Amino acid sequence: MVTANEGRPWPPLASPRTRGAVDAGRASGGEPSRAFREPSETSQPSAGREGIPPPLGLLAELTHRCPLGCPYCSNPLALEARAGELEAQVWARVFEEAARLGVLQVHLSGGEPAARRDLEDIARAARAAGLYVNLITSGIGLPPARLKALAEAGIDHVQISIQDSEPQSADRIAGYPGAFARKNALATEVVQLGLPLTVNMVVHRANIDRIGAMIELAAALQAARVEVAHVQYYGWALANRAALMPSREQVDRALAAVERLRRAYRGRMVIDAVVPDYYAHFPKPCLGGWGRRSLNVTPSGRVLPCHAAEVIPGLEFWSVRDYALADIWARSPAFQAFRGTDWMQEPCRNCPRREQDYGGCRCQAFLLTGEAAATDPVCHLSPNHGLLKALAEEPAQPYRYRRLAADKTAGAR
Amino acid sequence: MSERPLAGSARPRLPRGVRLQHSAAHGGDVLLGPERVFKADAIAAAVLKRCTGAMTLDEMVDDLARTYAADPARVRADVVALLSGLAEKRMLEW
Repeated sequence: MVTANEGRPWPPLASPRTRGAVDAGRASGGEPSRAFREPSETSQPSAGREGIPPPLGLLAELTHRCPLGCPYCSNPLALEARAGELEAQVWARVFEEAARLGVLQVHLSGGEPAARRDLEDIARAARAAGLYVNLITSGIGLPPARLKALAEAGIDHVQISIQDSEPQSADRIAGYPGAFARKNALATEVVQLGLPLTVNMVVHRANIDRIGAMIELAAALQAARVEVAHVQYYGWALANRAALMPSREQVDRALAAVERLRRAYRGRMVIDAVVPDYYAHFPKPCLGGWGRRSLNVTPSGRVLPCHAAEVIPGLEFWSVRDYALADIWARSPAFQAFRGTDWMQEPCRNCPRREQDYGGCRCQAFLLTGEAAATDPVCHLSPNHGLLKALAEEPAQPYRYRRLAADKTAGAR
Repeated sequence: MSERPLAGSARPRLPRGVRLQHSAAHGGDVLLGPERVFKADAIAAAVLKRCTGAMTLDEMVDDLARTYAADPARVRADVVALLSGLAEKRMLEW
């Protein structure tokens, strides 16, 4: 593979048509860079067990416990209790299996991962397995000494959520006084340690008009990257949809502001945006297609194709306590359910975009139409597309803060 | 910083949080960064392995042109395009 080119002449960077050894077999259109491509699904080797390409990323939900109460949280309403959380040594085994399977990046998330006292051990195990380790944190529960210990344990990158550029509003959205100040301090500490920082900003009705100021805040904190994520309506966010949904005009202004700032910060800060899909024309290719690119392990070890998949009734999820990760990826019923295109109905089945957006999001299709195999209503070709306009115009409501209802019982052991 | 043009005397390097490593499962080298994964073909990997901060761009171009028996001007144009693109994504610095 890699050795094949040593000694040969120099063509691979010269022509966009020339493909390196890693791309064998798969056709894909003109790529942005000649020697590189984003390993979007089309560039994956088709090898893998039983013809299924290997995953690239694993979201490790280490716990559902979190000090914040953000109403846009995509965790399920039925949060898992501490008593069932996987032990650190089980996570270590999962990371080793993941790396062998082909996973390149692990995202240590939750809930708030720092709520686990053994987070340092878990991070060390992930790095030892050869994974690129992302820490996704609210910033609460990570004093400087602990952040330093995590850096020594081998985390590669830190992502901090910030709820608004206005401190009071930010703390109100998080449901946690002082959160804004602590997050800003942690961001500074991350940069001082020399780690790359991503600031994640979830955008909704209460803060969308300050989207420019929020991006400027990320730049002032010296983030290498900012992620502007319009709320996706799953879990707690779905329960709070009427309180969170911005207006069409707000969304249009926000998109324009992001584009302006993307140009202004080119080369200095990467701006990635998750678009608001209720107002979109085509659906999002959720995680690049069901069971194609990533897996999600819940605090108790259930393995899901995406974090919201448990809302779909009748899916059988396997646990890392019972099965090897490679078996779960290749054979578990939940992963097989919507893999590829065979499950599709019209208008997806014969749509020229069927391997581009994979019919959109299965969870959203179920949540909005009652049928998981339906076309995501975000698609303008869906017979249910009209639903979205009505939903986007629901009257506003107060927040229902994310809370772990089981805290008092299960957490008290 | 990546805002400066890539001069011949610059010493490109992978910043902290960006790693080039081999992946048996993906059959080649991969460049890993914050929320980014790139597959490197053999030539790209050969370029990136020289981005350690020790070599200048001029030295890299000479070395690569010799190794691949290629026209240095063409090598330079390709390397600059590759490295500048990565710098814009904050995956490379000098």
